[in-house]
Amino acid sequence: MPLPAFDTPLIFETGQDGRANCYLPSGPALDTLLPKHALRDELPLPDNSELDVVRHFTRLSQKSFGIDTVFYPLGSCTMKYNPRINDAMANIPALRDVHPFAPDHAAQGALAVMWELERALASLFGMAAFSLNPAAGAHAELAALLIAKAYFKKKGEPQRNVVIVPDTAHGTNPASAAMVGFKVLSLKSDAQGRVDPDEMRNVVGPDTAVCMMTNPNTLGLFEPRIHEVSDVVHEAGGLMYYDGANANALMGNTRPGDMGFDLMHLNLHKTFTIPHGGGGAGAGPVGVAAHLIDFLPTPVVRAFDADGNANDATGWRETADLTFALDFDRPDSIGPMRSFWSNFAHMVRALAYTYANGADGLTTVSKLAVLNANYIRASIRDVIDIPYDEINRHEFVASAQSLKRETGVRALDLGKALLDRGYHAPTVYFPLIVPECLMIEPTETESKETLDAFIADFRDIVATAKSDPEKVLETPVNTAVGRIDETRAARQPDLRWHPPAAG
Amino acid sequence: MANVPAGLLYSKEHEWVKLDGDVATVGITDYAQASLGDIVYVELPRVGAGLTQFGSIGVVESVKAVSDIFTPVGGEVVGINDGLENDPAAVNRDPYGDGWFYKVKLGDVSQTGDLLTPEQYEQLIASA
Amino acid sequence: MYTPHTSRDIEAMLRVIGVGSLDDLVRVPDAVALRHPVEVTPQLSEIEIADRFARHAARTTAGGYTSFLGAGAYRHYVPPVVGAIAMRGEFLTSYTPYQAEVSQGYLQAIYEWQTYIALLTGLDVANASVYDGATALAEGVIMAVNATGRKGVLVSSAVHPNYRAVLRTYAEGLELAVDELPYGADGRTDLSSLEAALADQRYAAVVVQSPNFFGAVDALPAGVADTIKATKTVVIGVVAEAMSLAALAAPASWGVEICVGEAQSFGNAIAYGGPHVGFIAATTAHLRRIPGRLVGKSVDSAGKPAYVLTLQAREQHIRREKATSNICTNQAHCALCATVYLAAMGKTGLRDCAALNVARSNELRDKVAALPGFAARFAGTPTFNEVVIRVPGRAAAVLATLEERQILGGVDLGRFYPELEDCILMTATELTSSADVDRLVTALSEIPVRAAASV
Repeated sequence: MPLPAFDTPLIFETGQDGRANCYLPSGPALDTLLPKHALRDELPLPDNSELDVVRHFTRLSQKSFGIDTVFYPLGSCTMKYNPRINDAMANIPALRDVHPFAPDHAAQGALAVMWELERALASLFGMAAFSLNPAAGAHAELAALLIAKAYFKKKGEPQRNVVIVPDTAHGTNPASAAMVGFKVLSLKSDAQGRVDPDEMRNVVGPDTAVCMMTNPNTLGLFEPRIHEVSDVVHEAGGLMYYDGANANALMGNTRPGDMGFDLMHLNLHKTFTIPHGGGGAGAGPVGVAAHLIDFLPTPVVRAFDADGNANDATGWRETADLTFALDFDRPDSIGPMRSFWSNFAHMVRALAYTYANGADGLTTVSKLAVLNANYIRASIRDVIDIPYDEINRHEFVASAQSLKRETGVRALDLGKALLDRGYHAPTVYFPLIVPECLMIEPTETESKETLDAFIADFRDIVATAKSDPEKVLETPVNTAVGRIDETRAARQPDLRWHPPAAG
Repeated sequence: MANVPAGLLYSKEHEWVKLDGDVATVGITDYAQASLGDIVYVELPRVGAGLTQFGSIGVVESVKAVSDIFTPVGGEVVGINDGLENDPAAVNRDPYGDGWFYKVKLGDVSQTGDLLTPEQYEQLIASA
Repeated sequence: MYTPHTSRDIEAMLRVIGVGSLDDLVRVPDAVALRHPVEVTPQLSEIEIADRFARHAARTTAGGYTSFLGAGAYRHYVPPVVGAIAMRGEFLTSYTPYQAEVSQGYLQAIYEWQTYIALLTGLDVANASVYDGATALAEGVIMAVNATGRKGVLVSSAVHPNYRAVLRTYAEGLELAVDELPYGADGRTDLSSLEAALADQRYAAVVVQSPNFFGAVDALPAGVADTIKATKTVVIGVVAEAMSLAALAAPASWGVEICVGEAQSFGNAIAYGGPHVGFIAATTAHLRRIPGRLVGKSVDSAGKPAYVLTLQAREQHIRREKATSNICTNQAHCALCATVYLAAMGKTGLRDCAALNVARSNELRDKVAALPGFAARFAGTPTFNEVVIRVPGRAAAVLATLEERQILGGVDLGRFYPELEDCILMTATELTSSADVDRLVTALSEIPVRAAASV
């Protein structure tokens, strides 16, 4: 699928002074309203007509892939279809425009949305409570580690400052640990790509704070002894944290809470169809077991029945008869993680998705995500190395190591060749323990026809790599630009346009 | 095959050391620059900083990776290669010459005994 | 539901995989299998979904009030062209542009966002956005700490209280000392103790916000930034109301080296507090410490200009525990909305908008302050679009009375500053009409004024 290659000059290079649009009445001159010394001399921005703005950005959009146009088998990203009903609900004016400082009584619907979602997530994942405060998954990880730190401080165990992280972990895990002043201990996976409870027993101790894991792990494999791993960590006095990036694999089937996890986060932009929007905004609820509820970020949404008693529902329930309030009075809370209460528009989207599915629907989502991933694996295992060739979950890894040795074609090159054929490349070079790694996650919203076409194209690219490697190494040739000189971008950073020097 | 000049000492972390009395010039080896790919930035210690042998004292950034610099010898930093700020490519082009990183006045000259000879380093990279 | 599989599809696929049933495929060990059904919503059709949200919307009555709320989230006119472009599927549903060849459009849009932020702040470089203003401040402080090696920061108490609270949350993790500068009788930061505070060089940065939480123009007076920099302390400027950048002196012009803030005012809905979009801009000296994503311009193999994510070796997916921040997502789509907004409004529209904001809030201040018992708390200090009004009695009581008249009068400052419990922060924007102001004034004039001992 060729992407248009037309030129798109910068918005600053078009436009003329005074070519203004008419969105507001004109205002008085600023120097009649404020002292001159407080004002800026000039505003070096262009004026573009609305048509030129529309053409500019529409053309930019045409030079970019999206789920709406192509298949994105990006491991660890869960690029599933973003249903449009979710956006329509988020755009209802009452919900779109409500101000965070509106009094609780005037925001009952917004609070109901947040509470309903939070209760549904708590039950779905086996946590006592979630906070919808964090703005993204990594942000939620940070919140979780701050909760752990506060918990141990209150318990009188401040010496606990080691975070154990398997060598397959996402990069955000150790980075978040460092932001909390924790040390990172990397645990080697066993030959089957899993965490060995006996290995874990060797590394836990009185300084263990948290073990951060995901299940299925980043190889797409279920950790069959996860409950044993949890027991080992708990016996040593540590907490278990679940990285929710792979939550799409297990809904309605098993729950992190039941595996022994005390803390977790979710990526609503993965599992719950929040649009990725080119890199954000995401949303990352952080979940806790009962003994950690007091430490959640503020504010927390409380529900009350008609008699004014606090509601203690363990999961979702109807809210027409409940009232809600924001609770800021939480002395043990780690504090707020961001300016206001949540990425609320995304909570609307996630709740709409939850309504569309219910428990049965979400269970089916996970089952079919696993089906699609295994189907691809089973269909390409004869042409590319599958280091862990067994039933996987919602994603699996392949390795181009042998292909590279035979033909010089690497994982990177396979990815670029896929771009030419109208697919986004899979995740490459992660996790780090698999050389020339490709991580493939189709998600459940793709049809068998799409998967079959992908499989056929993938097999064809591998065959071409063997017969005529140059053809693969020069890809992509059908996209707006070819491979980019990243060295130059880093050595001579050009990160913005500069106005031409005056005079 | 990576270049391993005679007359230098080497570390397991792929740095080279050139001794001149009690002042050592330090850089990364040809093998290291080839593995890292195009170098885009080098973060060096400040002149006057005190270094502990084998401590992490700086960073080498390439487009896709970053690597700690573990100083092969300890002492006081007496010079750094300012040229790398604008020309990090020198590390790729001439790792043993223009691509040098810093000079350190050794606190303990016997530390050089902990380093590898060219032959030992060649063996190390051959088995990698 | 969004799964397209027919039972034939499923059968065929299971055969290829070599497993008898879906349940066999997804089986988990008994020890972790689900014990009882999860309590989640029922499964609904779209009509029923829309019906439920209509009821949630009906219970969210804030929109029926005349609102003077601001305090970090601002009501501005968003031309429909912003939504029309931002909701295009290629923009809405694309992933982070790691595969640059198929993301040129988005990468260019973010490059334009980076340029807009740099031009508006007067600084050299800006990143691809961060979560919001409060976390932008926390990340900016971390930059200063890394630049100086000092684990302390001095923050004006006129910086948004929620931003200071988030900074303290982060500071707890990083073991940073956070000290505060008081505000003065004029509603600006009180700098009288600054020189003494800088003397032992224990702060990585001094942080001020302009316009500050009280709406006051609080740029550092001439020479103060130099005094701070002479002690190798970084000057950080915070902007919570980005619209002010269209009118007020650019932060770089009064000595800011790292500018952090919130750009929700540019083309993004308030949406009960999120998602919004934070920005970080800095001088070139701080470039390598900037967290998050950066889009750069380079060329492709044919020499064609091309955009790409760059300087990624700083980021978490490569640096891991050595990363200066764990940040992964930016707020790309919100930054896109802001960029389209800035492009459509242009210099002229932004200037007009800023002027209307100042004009309306000045009108509000003058009319309300003319009422007996009411006063501008920091009279004489220039403000942008927010003003602190001292009311008779407690702010909470006045606000409750206003609510009875379908008016949300503003934020009760007693919530954040106990000494200001008789003050309301009132905001007016280009969407506030003179009629709205007059309704407010009428409602306030009907509040009985019990003569206070001190005026």
